[in-house]
Amino acid sequence: MFGFFIQRIVQAAIVVVAMSILVFVGVYAIGNPIDVMIDPAATQEIRDNLIRQYGFDRPLYEQYFVFVGNVLQGDFGQSFIYRVPVLDLIFSRLPATFELALGAMLLASVVGIPLGIWAGYRPHAFSSKAIMTLSILGFSLPTFWVGLLLVMTFAVQLHWLPSGGRGPTSDLLGVPLSFLTPTGWSYLILPAFNLALFNMGLLIRLARAGTLEAMSSDYVRFARAQGLKESKVVGLHVLKNISIPIVTVFGLEFGSTLAFAVVTETIFNWPGVGKLIIDSIMVLDRPVMVAYLILVVLLFVIINLVVDLLYGVLDPRIRARRSA
Amino acid sequence: MSDAILSVEELQTHFFTRAGVLKAVDGVSFSVGKGRILGLVGESGSGKSVTGYSILRLVDAPGKIVGGRILLKGKDLAALDPEAMRRTRGAVVSMIFQDPMMTLNPVLKIGTQMVAAIKAHVKISTADARKQARDALALVGIPAPDERLDVYPHHLSGGMRQRVAIAIALLHKPAVIIADEPTTALDVSIQSQILAEVRRLADQTGTAFVWVTHDLSVVSSLADDIAVMYAGRIVESGETGAVLAHPKHPYTAGLMASVPSQAERGQKLVQIKGSTPSLAHLPEGCSFRPRCPRATDICKTMPALLPLGDTKVRCHHPIVEHAS
Repeated sequence: MFGFFIQRIVQAAIVVVAMSILVFVGVYAIGNPIDVMIDPAATQEIRDNLIRQYGFDRPLYEQYFVFVGNVLQGDFGQSFIYRVPVLDLIFSRLPATFELALGAMLLASVVGIPLGIWAGYRPHAFSSKAIMTLSILGFSLPTFWVGLLLVMTFAVQLHWLPSGGRGPTSDLLGVPLSFLTPTGWSYLILPAFNLALFNMGLLIRLARAGTLEAMSSDYVRFARAQGLKESKVVGLHVLKNISIPIVTVFGLEFGSTLAFAVVTETIFNWPGVGKLIIDSIMVLDRPVMVAYLILVVLLFVIINLVVDLLYGVLDPRIRARRSA
Repeated sequence: MSDAILSVEELQTHFFTRAGVLKAVDGVSFSVGKGRILGLVGESGSGKSVTGYSILRLVDAPGKIVGGRILLKGKDLAALDPEAMRRTRGAVVSMIFQDPMMTLNPVLKIGTQMVAAIKAHVKISTADARKQARDALALVGIPAPDERLDVYPHHLSGGMRQRVAIAIALLHKPAVIIADEPTTALDVSIQSQILAEVRRLADQTGTAFVWVTHDLSVVSSLADDIAVMYAGRIVESGETGAVLAHPKHPYTAGLMASVPSQAERGQKLVQIKGSTPSLAHLPEGCSFRPRCPRATDICKTMPALLPLGDTKVRCHHPIVEHAS
């Protein structure tokens, strides 16, 4: 188990290094932030001074090594625009995104997994076919369009829920959160639902496929031959078996929901990291972009590691193979 | 037989497919007494397994029991409502399957699966259920049963897993156990151990067995009675010794001739010419007619299963010459 862990850490480190190079080169290629940062009427002298100050006159690889050196000391640089350390900026926005993404994933699971299991359990029922049709809509309708429809319906027409923003938050251990108050919920529910739809569709399909396969297996037949109630057959035997692919997808999708909640955050004006990164790209705020992308890479690496470890918990056969 | 625990009368299980109605089981009758073992023998596709599944009403769609009675301790299983059937399964009649690698759920501990099987029928604390489970494992000759409760199926050998499956089937001391080729996937030495164990359990607990198999050598050493199936019907039945000593149906005789033996070493193996007919295109009259060396015109009408000597046979031209 320990050897497995070390192996995964080394792999993760390689991924992070490779990604940091790609990100750095990619962001460098987008454009020169100097053009955005200074007044077009500024003199060439001011311009040259700034370029030197930020180190843009040095070759790319030198800039990269300076950056890596700083990162290793915990310094991702300062935002060109906000003039504050990038990490502070990102971490101040992270709770909002984290809450939104977690809300969306939980909503997707709580609704999607039972629906998917039902659709797999009774594949020929009308309700199952209706569920499958909805799941196709769920992951093929564009998020921005559904988001706009939600705002139109529930905020503009019905006045049930606010159209955007995060509203008042309350602190839990110093972190501002929405889900502690009913008002906070009213702001959270629409964007969370919007963000959940795609994953709901995905989890429905996944749970259905797993259930279909498990239902025709010998162990389900054997469980029935023992006189187990159907609820127990599904809730114990089937659920434990389909949980591995579901945990994988949950993990990966949680990562991408967290990292790419951009569209939903923009539509609902949610003050999260996605909104921050869009704004930063608009003004070529390089340190924010680079730091954010590298954090996303780290996030995925960590989530994958957790998922791998969870496999061992869920499937004893994998545990056995690893310790061997 | 008046002291029969299980008696199947004119059972018909048909599969309603696009290709037409397949009569997998078409008028099968047999009975088993307390502590007796009936060997239900036939080739693949003869309907022997479907007969077994029908008794537990575990035939998957599009299969359906369309006629006949399944009298278990005088109660007709074919007429029970689903909940009453569920309470019967595992408690009064249970089943063991062919592949011990597949019948135990790979991701649940042995103890978890056994406790679930016990709790399906009795209200009992988990601790007490575990005690029962341990005793059941000990009964089927599993060493260190306490430790076995906490392992996963992949920790056990095939023979051990089949013993666990038998222990699960025996948990509620059922009157009858249907065994669907349970030793086919095991090697020969393990097979004979399991067979001896089953014989002992049948004598000791009074549980009757219906042993579904294609293997005549298994039946000859294990079963008290034998019923040979061909294309959904019983073609010959009687006490094992009587049937095997003087097979009267040409099909039974053919099956026995094709068992390899030491005496014919180096000789070409005897085969029954042709292959099992497709259920969608059964020949008119006796289903064995196209493959039968003794067939005549009268065989275009279906013969009845009639007593002849000390056994019953369904044939217009039974083999009687060496019976005297």
